[in-house]
Amino acid sequence: AGGGGPRSDPHRAGFTHCLSSKRSEGARFVRMPKADGDAKLLIQSLNKAYAATPTNLKIIDLYVFFAMVTALVQVGYMGVVGSFPFNSFLSGVLSCIGTAVLAVCLRIQVNKDNKEFKDLPPERAFADFVLCNLVLHLVIMNFLG
Amino acid sequence: NAFGGVLCAFTLILIGVLAFSIRLFSVIKYESVIHEFDPYFNFRVTQFLSKNGIYEFWNWFDDRTWYPLGRVIGGTVYPGLTLTAGSIWWFVNALNIPLSVETVCVFTAPIFSAIASWATYLLTKEAKGTGAGLMAAAILAMVPSYISRSVAGSYDNEAVAIFALVFTFYLYVKTLNTGSLFYATLNALSYFYMVCSWGGYTFIINLIPMHVLLCIVTGRYSSRLYIAYAPLVILGTLLAALVPVVGFNAVLTSEHFASFLVFIILHVVAFVYYIKGLLTPRLFKMAMTLVITVGLAVCFAVVAILVALVASSPTKGWSGRSLSLLDPTYASKYIPIIASVSEHQPPTWPSYFMDINVLAFLVPAGIISCFLPLSDASSFMVLYLVTAVYFSGVMVRLMLVLAPAACILSGIALSSAFDVLTRSMKFQLSKLFDDGPAISGNGSPNGSSASTVNTSSSKNEKTEKSEAAPKEKQSKKNRRKDKEVTESVSVKPKKEKRLSVLPLEASIVSTLLLIALGGFYVVHCVWAAAEAYSAPSIVLTSRSREGLHVFDDFREAYAWLSHNTDVDDKVASWWDYGYQTTAMANRTVIVDNNTWNNTHIATVGTAMSSPEKAAWEIFDSLDVKYVLVVFGGLVGYPSDDINKFLWMVRIGGGEFPHIKEPDYLRDGQYRVDAQATPTMLNCLMYKLCYYRFVETDGKGFDRVRGYEIGKKHFKLTHFEEVFTTHHWMVRIYKLKPQKNRIRGKLKKLKSSSKTSSTLAAGRKKNPWQ
Repeated sequence: AGGGGPRSDPHRAGFTHCLSSKRSEGARFVRMPKADGDAKLLIQSLNKAYAATPTNLKIIDLYVFFAMVTALVQVGYMGVVGSFPFNSFLSGVLSCIGTAVLAVCLRIQVNKDNKEFKDLPPERAFADFVLCNLVLHLVIMNFLG
Repeated sequence: NAFGGVLCAFTLILIGVLAFSIRLFSVIKYESVIHEFDPYFNFRVTQFLSKNGIYEFWNWFDDRTWYPLGRVIGGTVYPGLTLTAGSIWWFVNALNIPLSVETVCVFTAPIFSAIASWATYLLTKEAKGTGAGLMAAAILAMVPSYISRSVAGSYDNEAVAIFALVFTFYLYVKTLNTGSLFYATLNALSYFYMVCSWGGYTFIINLIPMHVLLCIVTGRYSSRLYIAYAPLVILGTLLAALVPVVGFNAVLTSEHFASFLVFIILHVVAFVYYIKGLLTPRLFKMAMTLVITVGLAVCFAVVAILVALVASSPTKGWSGRSLSLLDPTYASKYIPIIASVSEHQPPTWPSYFMDINVLAFLVPAGIISCFLPLSDASSFMVLYLVTAVYFSGVMVRLMLVLAPAACILSGIALSSAFDVLTRSMKFQLSKLFDDGPAISGNGSPNGSSASTVNTSSSKNEKTEKSEAAPKEKQSKKNRRKDKEVTESVSVKPKKEKRLSVLPLEASIVSTLLLIALGGFYVVHCVWAAAEAYSAPSIVLTSRSREGLHVFDDFREAYAWLSHNTDVDDKVASWWDYGYQTTAMANRTVIVDNNTWNNTHIATVGTAMSSPEKAAWEIFDSLDVKYVLVVFGGLVGYPSDDINKFLWMVRIGGGEFPHIKEPDYLRDGQYRVDAQATPTMLNCLMYKLCYYRFVETDGKGFDRVRGYEIGKKHFKLTHFEEVFTTHHWMVRIYKLKPQKNRIRGKLKKLKSSSKTSSTLAAGRKKNPWQ
């Protein structure tokens, strides 16, 4: 939501700016720094907004990031060494992605900004997370071969 | 409220008993025997499991079928059904209740249909409430389509798979409604049970992503959707890969790609929503334009690579059966075996009325009721129904998947209808008795709305004291909720819109008509269960003036085989009878109902279509000792091998080009009378079926085809008849051993014919000579 007037004007200005830049080549040199400035402004505001999130959520985010990096490392290793045995590769990658997904679910449930989960105690959310991880890793250990 | 809970539980128990008992007609009318063909294989596997334990079962290589290839049972069977029945048998015997494996197998299906109706109750309760749940459960307990595949004795995958399907959907909808990770875990485990049970699990893993996509597209994305779907994909794929028959197909085949695609889309959407929450709207718009311009190029590149990968495989990564579902004409063009199975044909219109009866009318009403109001759960129901209707239109076997959807939506429709009607009746009746003398000009909206308030409060007291009809009790919970809502809302004109009320006569007549509709449904279901779907198809009956006549020829033939042949003798027949032969006669067969090797089946088909000598050579190369054919001409049994013969020709001709279908048809017509072609009259199937048939009535009149046969008096040179059952339905022949000496004249004839055959031009080479 929000006001219609001040919000739509820069958007329309940017749009016509794009159009005009398509027609004249000289305007292109003017467009790039503006886009750069836009990107920098974007990244700055993203950083600022992210810094405001509570610490426990940031820990969960770090865990997700670690899991995804591990998955990427495994995929890279598979690219180098080959995919035999395939079940081990699959179980390794899917365990990383699986625990990342479960951590994201935990983050959703624990986040105080989420109105839907405000009467779910965080201990229950964590217990569900542990249970689901248990099942996931039981399956992984069976499938690892 | 406690009274409502107890009543609900009691009704559920009654529904379970109903579901169990309506499936017992076959046991009462015939006997406790396994039906059809596929259940015999499952029964044999369960026997092996109960005798040898689970590790032997997991690693079992069966050398008694598909001789000489064998079959890896552990890796090609869906273990859910056999493991379920095996555990029930083990548990019951551990309690010292001495049930045999056969009894457990026969009664597995009715037990699980009772449990399936409870699962339907749970699923519908999540969508619309308790009243609708009870209605849907009662309807599912009786729906003929489900009865046909789960009658006592029909020991097939669908018996437990339908329960697993409905229960998985229930857990998915429950996770969607509550957002609890615990239910998401249970959902994945229930999906694992479904993958173990039936190849139709691909329906789940494509329907749920479709629903997630629908929610995203219609703007109903929420964090509960993420929790419901994302863990299911990862855990579900892993669990599906654990089942040996699926294995790596869980990540490599196109049937699963939809789930991964929607997984990625869901993450993109979730990320977008997250960023939207972080940034101000202006910056968000800027981010979107940047991302879209860059991201679109990357997206196109990835999609192009994926499409090229998939398009490079000839079937585009789909299996034959799935392709025939998507393109109904695919099987008839490329895979005659799939096209020849009668279950895989498209259904006719009357079969819809036969199988889901009254539900065909109630389902559209249910769809409308789902839209008022539309929630995630009710949109899922509608999507499930629409896809099920499409697939049931492609294959008659999939009417079974349509059955739960139709029951749920009909339950919702009937429950909403009874809701409105009984509410109207109560309102009108209380108006008649209470406010009749007091209010005269009731036409103004204000006056009637005031009376609505008064009567609703007085109705509350009345309902707590009065003895309401059982049907009203089921919707009592819903109506109480309605009344509380209306009393809390103070705006009067709005109340008028919420509570629509019909005139008294209309509501009474409509209620009676709906009850009569339900009565017709029940009568039809019981008739269908008793007459249409209880036949075990291994025992046939017919009514004549003398009473009931029983044809037990199949079991007679298998018993003869098991008593009069050696354990290692190989029996060749058409693939329909393979499972029964291995299970009941305990002999090695060449091909069976698994139909996994088309060339092997084509070999048998070619042998049946060739003249005696060529057929003898084919069978001899396969070490066959006995040949079994099914013949219905004497008693009028229509599903015999002569009627299936054209499929043998087609399948055989698909692999061995010297068998040509037009050779067996006279002017495009399939006949076995005097007008038949010489190829037809000389082929092995004709000879084995009609050998000495003329001795029965002197004229050789075939009761199924309706005319006299063409060649009546002939001798068999390479086969000898060893057994024909009482009604000539099964005939068993033995291969004659090769002659020890070939006389001189014959030797010269043989060598001269050989040279002439090599010199003959333009003749198709027979690979067996």
